[in-house]
Amino acid sequence: MSADTTQNPITQNTITIDGQEIPFVAGQTIMDAALAAGVYIPHLCHKPGLTPHGSCKLCVVDIASRSVSSHNSDRRVQAKFQVVADSRSVSACTMPAVAGQQISNNTPALNEVRKTITQMLFIEGNHICPSCEKCGDCTLQAMAYHLGMLDGHFPQFLQRRAVDASHPTVMLDRDRCILCELCVRASREVDGKNVFAIAGRGINAHLIVNSASGKLVDSDLETSDMAAHICPVGAILIKEHGYEVPIGRRTFDLHQVGEIGSEEIILTKVRHADE
Amino acid sequence: MSKIRIATTSLAGCFGCHMSFLDMDERLVALLEHVEFNRSPLTDIKHCGPCDIGLIEGGVCNAENVHVLREFRDNCKILIAVGACAINGGVPAMRNHFSLRECLEEVYINGAGVENPQIPNDVELPLLLDKVHPIHEVVRVDYYLPGCPPSADAFLKILGDLLEGREPVLPHNLLHYD
Repeated sequence: MSADTTQNPITQNTITIDGQEIPFVAGQTIMDAALAAGVYIPHLCHKPGLTPHGSCKLCVVDIASRSVSSHNSDRRVQAKFQVVADSRSVSACTMPAVAGQQISNNTPALNEVRKTITQMLFIEGNHICPSCEKCGDCTLQAMAYHLGMLDGHFPQFLQRRAVDASHPTVMLDRDRCILCELCVRASREVDGKNVFAIAGRGINAHLIVNSASGKLVDSDLETSDMAAHICPVGAILIKEHGYEVPIGRRTFDLHQVGEIGSEEIILTKVRHADE
Repeated sequence: MSKIRIATTSLAGCFGCHMSFLDMDERLVALLEHVEFNRSPLTDIKHCGPCDIGLIEGGVCNAENVHVLREFRDNCKILIAVGACAINGGVPAMRNHFSLRECLEEVYINGAGVENPQIPNDVELPLLLDKVHPIHEVVRVDYYLPGCPPSADAFLKILGDLLEGREPVLPHNLLHYD
C-alpha cells in the first residue's frame, strides 16, 4: 500500500481505535498500527512481514465517515462501543492508516459479524476439533473461543477433500484448510519457492501443490521452510511431532488469541435471524 | 425445598460426557443436596418423568435417538446440549461424508476379518438415519455446554448457575471444543 503523501507532516499522525489514540507512520495499515500499539484486532490470514491478503475478513473494522468523526458526540458514541451509523466497514489488514480515522473495533456488533464468519469457516471445512492434532494450537479454534462461539449454526458442507501424505515429513490435510494463503505467501515471499497456490473459485477453491504430480513429495518443500510451519489451522502439519506438547498444555490452552476477552461466555442458545 | 430434578442420556455419544460428569467426584455429594436424578444411565430409570433439567450427550444417528430426545424435550423444562456430538454431531458425524450404504458395507461386508458378511437387519435394531444430526436440528435446545467432554468444572458451573437462577456462563478457560 502506498503512503498517503497528502498528509500535513506537521500534524501528528494518529488514528483512534475504540476511543484510544494510536500513532502510526506513513505506509502502515490500520492493522500494523494496532499491532504496534498492542491493540488486538481479530485476524487469521494476517502475519506481519507477509503481504496483507484481506481474505479472512475477521479484521473487519468500521471507519466513521469524516463528517461524523468531526461531530462532537462522536467520542461519546465510540466510548459506548456502538456502531457509528454513518460508517463503512473495511479490512484493517489492507486499509492504510490515515490521520484522524475514527475506528470501531471491539464492538458487540462487529464481534457478532466475526463470530458468524468464524462459524462459516467451521462449517465450510471439516473441523472436528476432538480428532485434530492441531487442537489447542489452532488459531481458528482460539478465535472461536475468543468470540464465544458455541456451535457452527449453519448446516455442514461435508466436503470430501483430498489428503496428501506423500511427503516424508510434511502432511497436507485439506479438510482443515481455510484458504488464508499464509503458506502461499510464506513460500513465495520468505522461502523463495512457490510451493502452494489456491486453484478453483468459490466453493471449489482449494489448495494445490506446485509439482508435476501435484503431490507434496515432488515439490521442493522442506521441513525448515516457513510455509511448512505457518498454517494457522491443522491443514499443514509436521509429521511425527503432533503430540510432543500434550493436549491441555498447548498455546491456546494457556493463552487467549487476543489480550482482551476475559469476559464470560453466555451458554444460552441464541436464536439466529434465519431460524 | 424440593430438589431440582435432572435427567441425562447418551444418544450417539461415547458416554465420555457422563464419565466427565462423574469426575466431579466428592463434589457430587454437595450437588446431591440440591438435585435428584430421574432417567439416567446413573439411575437406570428407563423413562423420563417431568424434570427441571435434561442433559443430552451425543448427536442423533437413529430412530431411537429421535424418540428419546423428544421424550426429554417433552418432559424437561430446560434442555442442555452437552458435548461436541450433541452440539455439532462430533466424531459420529464424520460418517456424514459417506453414504450410509458405504459405511455399512465398509464395516459389515468389506471390513478386515469379517466372517459371514451381512448387514445387520434385526427388527429390534433401531433404524439408522441417513446422516448424524446435532440435537438442535430435532428439538429446541436451551443451552450449549461445549467440550469433548466438558470438564466436571464446566458441568458444575452450568448446574450451579441454573440452581441459583442465573443465566449460565462459562469463564473463557472452561470453553473448549476438545
